[in-house]
Amino acid sequence: MPAIIEATDLTVSRGQREVVRVDRMTIEEGETLALLGPNGAGKSTLVLALASLLPAGGELRFHGEVIRDAVAYRRRIAVAFQRPLLLDRSVLDNAALGLQLRGMPRPERERHAQEALARIGVAHLARRAAWALSGGEAQRVSIARSLAVGPEVLFLDEPFSGLDAPTRESAIADLGHAVRDERLSTVLVTHDRDEALSLADRVAVLIEGRMRQLDRAEIVFATPADPDVAAFVGVENILPAHVASSDAELTHLEVGNRVVEVTASAPAGEDSPLVGIPPDDVVISRELSATSARNTFGGRILRIEAIGRRVRVVLDCGFPLVAHVTHRSARELALRAGDDVVASFKATVPHLLPRHRRN
Amino acid sequence: MDLIFQGLGEAASRLVSLDPDVRDATSAALVVSGIATLLSVATGVPAGAWLGLSRFRGRKLLLSLVNTGMGLPPVVVGLFVAVLVWRSGPLGSLDWYCTRQAMVVAQYVLAAPTVVGLTAIAIQSVDPMLGLQLAGLGATRGQTLGILVREARLPILTAAMAGFGAVISEIGASLMVGCNIKGDTRILTTAIALDTSKGEFGSAFALAFILLLLVFAVNAVTTWAQQRRRPL
Repeated sequence: MPAIIEATDLTVSRGQREVVRVDRMTIEEGETLALLGPNGAGKSTLVLALASLLPAGGELRFHGEVIRDAVAYRRRIAVAFQRPLLLDRSVLDNAALGLQLRGMPRPERERHAQEALARIGVAHLARRAAWALSGGEAQRVSIARSLAVGPEVLFLDEPFSGLDAPTRESAIADLGHAVRDERLSTVLVTHDRDEALSLADRVAVLIEGRMRQLDRAEIVFATPADPDVAAFVGVENILPAHVASSDAELTHLEVGNRVVEVTASAPAGEDSPLVGIPPDDVVISRELSATSARNTFGGRILRIEAIGRRVRVVLDCGFPLVAHVTHRSARELALRAGDDVVASFKATVPHLLPRHRRN
Repeated sequence: MDLIFQGLGEAASRLVSLDPDVRDATSAALVVSGIATLLSVATGVPAGAWLGLSRFRGRKLLLSLVNTGMGLPPVVVGLFVAVLVWRSGPLGSLDWYCTRQAMVVAQYVLAAPTVVGLTAIAIQSVDPMLGLQLAGLGATRGQTLGILVREARLPILTAAMAGFGAVISEIGASLMVGCNIKGDTRILTTAIALDTSKGEFGSAFALAFILLLLVFAVNAVTTWAQQRRRPL
């Protein structure tokens, strides 16, 4: 896919401090790119820079051309923020605002605005005053306002973070439909991994103002580039390891006082990498049974805690290991702290990371 | 107490019969204070918007001066304007001493800082992210400013009302530069002062009642504007 936006050596500074530096990133036509990162990582700042709403160093290209007229560029994109920021007007007038700014006559802009409201599921609110909306409704109107201008790139800065879970899920679903139906290039800022996974084609992980990884969503989540990315994308087990031996098929790692077999190779020149094991891929059973999993360890449950729809089980297997199981599995296996269990995972599961991040 | 009831009764009859003195003082007050307020809104709203949105060295000092201007004693303003329009003063050639024009100038000086200061506060009370949001939707700087001022229209209305409220009830400056000429520069406040000094309480009560009504109307509009809900 051709790049619709291309940023090179993009930097944003506050005073003497450089808060964002991105060597190179592209937004491809028709893709949804999730900018993922913890609070304060610089995600919103990067979006403001990409939308030319903030003075930034480096080069920003749109359709291959360096952006020189910021207003003309911003009339081909749209930005929606975490708060709806609606004007004290009717919902329809708010949705039509971007088109009004472009000088479109009222009947035409109202038709476009009405269509955008319908696409995001709030057409019935068109005649209502903006102040009378709930938080979820206002946020949907804000997104409809951005869609109404027919942007070539849509920037969404954590648009769902203030919503309750059910409202959020339904808003994400509606946005997903609207974006996918039109193959609209979208940059979605979020610190929510599930939101990124459900909407994004590619994921960029930003930590401390630096782009640590930019790749297809499944690759970032399965093979994070470094320990910080791994920790952020939910690989809770990041353990120091030492390469004991390796052959064409498997690498044997000393982890604690155990040997873990993995199909991944250690990063070049790393004898002591970190091994990342996603907790969702660790299977817990009461007894040792015949299995194709290359790694099977007896261990003791140290702690059990519920986290949303899953149960987090912390084990001591000769090294600390966290597993996520469903509530039903935890109930059926009658898991309790202090119990001896068997933990297993396939050799294809662990991912090897450099011990030190390379800039 | 009899004096009060007698005065209230006479006030009612003067109001019902549209007494010419009451009518003249009321219309003069509305014209002078209305024009002064319009002028202060026309100049003070853009100035206040600029002050609220701009960032420059000395801005806080300027805001402090504007805030000080909100508390200017009317007699001091009256003194300066009287000197300005005095026959031998810098603007003596205009021959404005003891005219409504001089009263408008004095009341403008009293109202403008209030309008400027409250407009600056009104603009600053608009969510600072709204400017970015508008730019993100393709607004030019001019469009952004226009929308921000429109979004702050109710607090700006409050600023205008506060300006009007400040000048409709002042007496010192108007008396000093207008000379309280019957049928011309005599306004509600100066007429009340004069009637009271002459013991004509009926006329004074009638004028006071109208003044109170005007002040109530100003406050009612202000309260409505302050209580209105804003979108999320």
